[in-house]
Amino acid sequence: METRHIIMLITVAIIAIIPLALYGGLGEDDGYFGGADGAAAEAVEETGYKPWFEPLWEPPSGEIESLFFSLQAAIGALIIGYFFGYYIGKGKKKDPITNLKYKTGDFE
Amino acid sequence: MHIMEGFLSLEWSIFWYLLSVPVVIYGIFRIKKITQEFPESKPLLAVSGAFMFVLSALKLPSVTGSCSHPTGNGLGGILFGPAVASVLATLVLIFQALLLAHGGISTLGANIFSMGIIGPLFAWLIYRGSQNAGLSLAISVFLAAFFGNLMTYVTTALQLSLAFPLPSFGAALSNFMLIFAVTQIPLAIAEGLLTVVIIEKIIQIRPDIFERLNIFKIKSVEDPIIEASK
Repeated sequence: METRHIIMLITVAIIAIIPLALYGGLGEDDGYFGGADGAAAEAVEETGYKPWFEPLWEPPSGEIESLFFSLQAAIGALIIGYFFGYYIGKGKKKDPITNLKYKTGDFE
Repeated sequence: MHIMEGFLSLEWSIFWYLLSVPVVIYGIFRIKKITQEFPESKPLLAVSGAFMFVLSALKLPSVTGSCSHPTGNGLGGILFGPAVASVLATLVLIFQALLLAHGGISTLGANIFSMGIIGPLFAWLIYRGSQNAGLSLAISVFLAAFFGNLMTYVTTALQLSLAFPLPSFGAALSNFMLIFAVTQIPLAIAEGLLTVVIIEKIIQIRPDIFERLNIFKIKSVEDPIIEASK
């Protein structure tokens, strides 16, 4: 992994950490770190609108909700990891059609 | 960007379904065509969908103090175009609507339109435009993914303002833009960076597929044989 990729990933982490530091000590009860989707739904309900259709099924608790969120991330990460691993492994062999070695060198 | 279940009137729900469904159907045909012509592109298609799965599961805090998530729709948009990305987004949105009560079946059409169509459309156009303007790959991908993410949320804000123009469309729009688009700016930067990392990794391990996909798409515009025959 190149240094620039590591720097990019660290930047992503910093972007996530800044708000945590900025609003340190504040929680959902103070109106922080709630979902933007929920905030939009509240704004809609303030207009007096009543949703006409309920979700068919709702996760019964935050725990169950986090179960499905981690499942979603795990499915994605598994697929990405599988194909990246497959091609990096395959890259050490030759392409049967072109008989050329796959490039596995550094991007630069 | 999820408009929650039941939060659009029946008329608007149908309206967004009518706009989204033809694109998704066209996307399914595109997937068939692309995978027939380039069977090697199948893993990339899977990775594009998987990237959307991972990124849209990551709820991140933003400087506005509320949380939102990246969409991951830039990668699919850049590699395969908006129609194919709309099919991938549909899968993610159905998963979230049924298992997480995020979004919903009644609002699925509207959510596909923002996350699956408009976001990837901007990503695709901006990537093409930046490449034609001679910007580097990393910058092109970053801009494409950044705007793909941001425009998804701008679209959601527009959709809600159209459905609830109270007290006026303009006031509703600035309110929803504040909730969605402003929160989204730092997350769009994060998504841009992540998309650059994954695309550069893809090029590193399989430059052949990426080049073939790219050539395939640029061909119609820049193919010297086609140009000469005009």
